[in-house]
Amino acid sequence: MKLPRWFHLFGSPPFVYRLAGILSPWLGFLACALLLVGAYWGLFATPAEAVQGEVYRIIYIHPQTAYVGMMAYVVMAITAGIGYIWRIKLAHAVAVSAAPIGASFTACALVSGSLWGRPTWGTYWEWGDPRIMFETLLLFLFLSYLALRAAFEDRDKADRVSAILAVVGVVNVPIIHYSVLWWNTLHQGPTISKLDSPSMATVYLIPFLIMVAGFTLCFYWLLLKRLRGEIVERERGTRWMQELLQGGAP
Amino acid sequence: MLSAENVAIWRGDRCLFEGLTFGLHPGQLALLVGPNGAGKTSLLRVLAGLASPTFGRALWHGVPVDALTPELRGQIAYRGHLDGLKKDLTVGENLHFHAAIWGGSADLALLTDLKLEAQADVRARYLSAGQRRRAALVSLRVAPSPLWILDEPMTNLDVDGRATVLRWTDQHLANGGCAVVATHQPQEFERRGALVIEL
Amino acid sequence: MKRAFFAVLTRDLKIAFRRVSELANPLLFFIIVASLFPLAVSPDPEHLRSIGSGVLWVVALLSSLLALEGLFRADAEDGSLEQLMLSPVPMGVAVLAKVAAHWLVTIVPLVVLTPMLALSFSLPVGVLPVMAFALLLATPTLSVLVALGAALTLGLRRGGAIVGLLVLPLTAPLLIFGTRAIDLGLYGESTAAPLYLLAALAVLALSLGPIAIAAALRVGVE
Repeated sequence: MKLPRWFHLFGSPPFVYRLAGILSPWLGFLACALLLVGAYWGLFATPAEAVQGEVYRIIYIHPQTAYVGMMAYVVMAITAGIGYIWRIKLAHAVAVSAAPIGASFTACALVSGSLWGRPTWGTYWEWGDPRIMFETLLLFLFLSYLALRAAFEDRDKADRVSAILAVVGVVNVPIIHYSVLWWNTLHQGPTISKLDSPSMATVYLIPFLIMVAGFTLCFYWLLLKRLRGEIVERERGTRWMQELLQGGAP
Repeated sequence: MLSAENVAIWRGDRCLFEGLTFGLHPGQLALLVGPNGAGKTSLLRVLAGLASPTFGRALWHGVPVDALTPELRGQIAYRGHLDGLKKDLTVGENLHFHAAIWGGSADLALLTDLKLEAQADVRARYLSAGQRRRAALVSLRVAPSPLWILDEPMTNLDVDGRATVLRWTDQHLANGGCAVVATHQPQEFERRGALVIEL
Repeated sequence: MKRAFFAVLTRDLKIAFRRVSELANPLLFFIIVASLFPLAVSPDPEHLRSIGSGVLWVVALLSSLLALEGLFRADAEDGSLEQLMLSPVPMGVAVLAKVAAHWLVTIVPLVVLTPMLALSFSLPVGVLPVMAFALLLATPTLSVLVALGAALTLGLRRGGAIVGLLVLPLTAPLLIFGTRAIDLGLYGESTAAPLYLLAALAVLALSLGPIAIAAALRVGVE
């Protein structure tokens, strides 16, 4: 398959390294600003919710981290797939960088969810909840990807093998999602008030969306940071990286 | 027919060789010589399409070897360090299996040629190293393969076995086939006017 | 292609039957682990009935992991895997034949055995056909997944534990639909829905799985 010419620029480590260097402070600034504004707005400037009281404020953290975790998996699988098919090492570097971030966000989603579950359901962990099951399995998928990579000493092999796993995983994610969903509805189904009710009042919606944007940018900021580290590691034998390292400043 | 363009192979951060370019025409033999660790086996695996080079490419009939159609792929016979025999099958059963997947016929006369006719019903597990090596050579002949890629074919073979390899190679070249052979004894093949590639 | 498929299939069957002791290991593992549960949990029939189907599914999962995690290792070590790759046979076909052979000799006996173990867990006779049928539909998918794990770890000196790590999260849907079918059977309801879903997963795994496995093997032999 032929790729457009400009695409090859993104296969060039020095170009991407510099581009990431330019973009990451801006992304970082924007992400922090949005998160601060959204957090203040959500935690202090909105009223308590009628049914759940103060506890509802988890919706400014939990759904966002869960969403970013899933997005990270998709980003990882797509870049790994690109890296495998077109043999672009840089795409593998992106996939590798996305994995630990995605795993962390998914873990955050699980922790924040169970902190919310304690006052609301009276338990930290509810096996019957499909979303908990899905997030747990997603975390396992991230961890198995990282474990497979770690088992290989040869980076090139690790890249290609883990790419296959990531692509197989992403095909499985919707299957797992729907199977745990049906599993729950087929069971008697504990009647749990839905966290993300379809119609959210505007007061809550605006800070909610600000936090979504903030966490998304935060993910890409961290991704660029890790990617730069990954490039340094992978390219340390090359001349441009030697010059860069000796020159000091990026 | 077979050509290598600017092939380079790296092991980690170390370059084994680079800028290797050559072409083979029908009836020609290429000998690959060099000390241990020079990258002979790596190059042969690249030519067979089992591994990809760090840079450059290898072509068979103008098609990159890692993207061959099944028919073109079936034209290349590779014998590496491993003999590819199932130890729990007899020599004859191994031969039949090779014939089935390569689309040839299981001609038991091949075993006679290799002096293995008495071992046809013996499981490969009970063969000596040299006998196993001979049994492995059978796969070169079950189906016609215009390109042979042989990695140290003389290892473990006695005088008789070596003679068979040379005789088969001669017939193969005379029939318009070509071969790439990695060897530490190039003098055995050299009189055949081979292209010598030193790594 | 058909000839090649059956050549690989019969070759692997022949080899398997010449090493019968290895065939029996996953089966024994299955029986032993399943009989640990009444010891560890409770011998109360009521109790066993409620955990029975789940226990048998999980143990069947683990046994097939044990049976298939080395699927490609012997072939890689004796060089027959690279010969197969270089042959004109499409690798996906060869992979499918190998998985089919090992499914026949190791997984099918397991499926045959499950109803007997289910009886010992005091599951009613009425659900046994559903259970066997669900296992027959789920195990091809399972075999493909384990084979994928085996292929992905081929380049490592030891596969073992990591194969489980890779494969088990992916088997969650099988477990869910499989136990669901049995639960529905226990309540006397229609079990068609989960069985259809298991069949759909099997079709998906058998059509796309060999491609992924062949890709992983390519990296593995390099």
